[in-house]
Amino acid sequence: MKINLNVDVRHLTRIEGHGNIKIHVKNGEIKEARWDVVETPRFFEVMLKNKHYTTAGLLAARICGICSISHCLCSVRATEDAFKVTIPETAVKLRLLAKHGETLQSHILHVLFLAAPDFFNEPSVIPLIEKKPEVIAIATRLKGLANRLCDTIAGRTTHPVAFQVGGVTMMPQKDHLLGLQDELKRSLDDLQIVADLFSTFTLPDFTRETEFVSLKGKKEYPFIGGSLISSDGVEHKEQDYRPMTNEYVDKNNTSKWSKLSRESYAVGALARFNNNSELLHPKAAEVAAYLGLKPVCHNPFMNNVAQLVECFHVVHEIICLIDELVDSGPGETMAKVTPKAGEGVGAVEAPRGILFHHYKYDKTGRIEMANCVVPTTQNNANIHHDIKSLVKKFAMTKEMTDKKLELLCSMLVRSYDPCVSCSVH
Amino acid sequence: MKYLGIEPQKPKIAVFDFTSCEGCELQLLNKEETLADFLNAVEIMSFREASSSSSDDYDIALIEGAVSRNDEVKRLEKIRKNAKVLVALGSCACFGGVNRLKNEFDLKSANKEVYGNNPKETINVRAIKDIVPVDIEIPGCPVSKAEVESLICHVVWDSPFQLPVYPVCVECKQRFTTCLFEKGQLCLGPITRAGCNAPCPAGGQGCWGCRGPAVEPNYASFFTIVKEKGFSDIELKEKLNFFGAFQEVTIS
Repeated sequence: MKINLNVDVRHLTRIEGHGNIKIHVKNGEIKEARWDVVETPRFFEVMLKNKHYTTAGLLAARICGICSISHCLCSVRATEDAFKVTIPETAVKLRLLAKHGETLQSHILHVLFLAAPDFFNEPSVIPLIEKKPEVIAIATRLKGLANRLCDTIAGRTTHPVAFQVGGVTMMPQKDHLLGLQDELKRSLDDLQIVADLFSTFTLPDFTRETEFVSLKGKKEYPFIGGSLISSDGVEHKEQDYRPMTNEYVDKNNTSKWSKLSRESYAVGALARFNNNSELLHPKAAEVAAYLGLKPVCHNPFMNNVAQLVECFHVVHEIICLIDELVDSGPGETMAKVTPKAGEGVGAVEAPRGILFHHYKYDKTGRIEMANCVVPTTQNNANIHHDIKSLVKKFAMTKEMTDKKLELLCSMLVRSYDPCVSCSVH
Repeated sequence: MKYLGIEPQKPKIAVFDFTSCEGCELQLLNKEETLADFLNAVEIMSFREASSSSSDDYDIALIEGAVSRNDEVKRLEKIRKNAKVLVALGSCACFGGVNRLKNEFDLKSANKEVYGNNPKETINVRAIKDIVPVDIEIPGCPVSKAEVESLICHVVWDSPFQLPVYPVCVECKQRFTTCLFEKGQLCLGPITRAGCNAPCPAGGQGCWGCRGPAVEPNYASFFTIVKEKGFSDIELKEKLNFFGAFQEVTIS
């Protein structure tokens, strides 16, 4: 078959950070099919060295502009593990509330602002302001609400200020919480309209057997801390993240790559869903069924749907959490912290997947060693292998053109919602 | 879309990202209550994080991030040639930001520590103004969207664009935030430019100076107070260096 195809995307658009797609098919033979991350390395693990524990969370937040709350929470959790600090119950709830706000904000940004334009055949969300004003109104309303929730709990939505080692520094006012809760209850109607819209989209029929890694919830769909699980049956404790992630350096990428039982694995909303779907809020599970998402789903494009399902889950959970906080009244939010020498690990489900921070402290509370394993770092090798498989499945037909293949591969990468600068850190 | 029968003049803007977390670009899509108006008021010619259409025909370039690799220098020089107005957006672009902390380490051993025997290209972090002339700076980590909107009004209607000249302390007083020095913390509020609405002190963190110096800060008095309150030069230096915004200052 004389099929010749060339795709050369430099700095893929509508994702966070800088990555390239390169595909070269000559006479029906795949010569090259690659996803390469070319982001400039920032060396956060080196910059964290010698930093005082009171500074680590602030610096760690700057790894990512979208999931700074996750990085900050993961950082303080690692330090609390090292110092053997248990934070008060109210602080646990407040942190989870902010975490949910970030998940909602980040998922809505991805699903409606970055991914949706592909399904409307538009280059960006901007033309949709005139063509689909009702969708844009919902998108901005939901994202604005999520950001205001984060502002209220974390002090600021990008680069939070309220999370310190030992707990949370601010207790939001009761009437603010109840006001947000009221808006969140109404936002479920908006989310349903988005789900109805997604039910009209056709996602590419593509699957590749994949290993999925996430936290494993016991009673609740997991977001902060707990044990680690892979869909291939590997289990580890939070502290034993290294045999789970197995980072290595690839010569074409400034992001490291990861592997576990296979050549690569995936993290993110789809991984969380595949490993914990039975723990979803019943209303979120209904939406999953409505949109045809069943575990274990091996179609990476369905990550968009998994994100939407998680939006329902977190909104329902926020509504309950606010009730609990208001009913229990203002409790203690900070534990006493005494720095000591030792090591600690934190694992948090960031919007794009499981995130680890690991610090070694000296006795004065300064960092001697830092290691961060970031969601997209773990996804990059999997995206690369998905692209190869996608080209094999779809490119070998006469109807395929360079343009169509470019769009298909770009949509594949986007479906992972990659956070590339974060993955290089 | 006409307003009062007049076709509004839309500035052609482009957004570019260099070494950063892309959090400042994200702010351009925040402040949702005015987002549609903001996107309608400008013509976005290039904005990789948000749009797949791209053109070199722009008047204003908004630059996020610092420079930390040689290919970024070339990219930046090309953007400078194309743009009539070049804006440094956020602390990384204005001062190098937290990225600058890397410069305190030996780059070879930093590379070895992260990448082992496969080092990646990297150079010392520099701010945008260290490479090309910058017309307007909007500092902050992250940047304030309200200030970006004010900048757009400035270039469309020539309305004044002025960052606050006073320090963060003023905004803490406006918010009734208890002074962080009273709580035993070191805070750069007295010497740092306001405009952020002081969220860090309100959240229990002393200011880290992400917006750089206020106009004519009284360093001498500030350093005296810091000493009186018992903070060491090391602690002070750590704060001043965090966002790279006080490079010119020597502690005396």
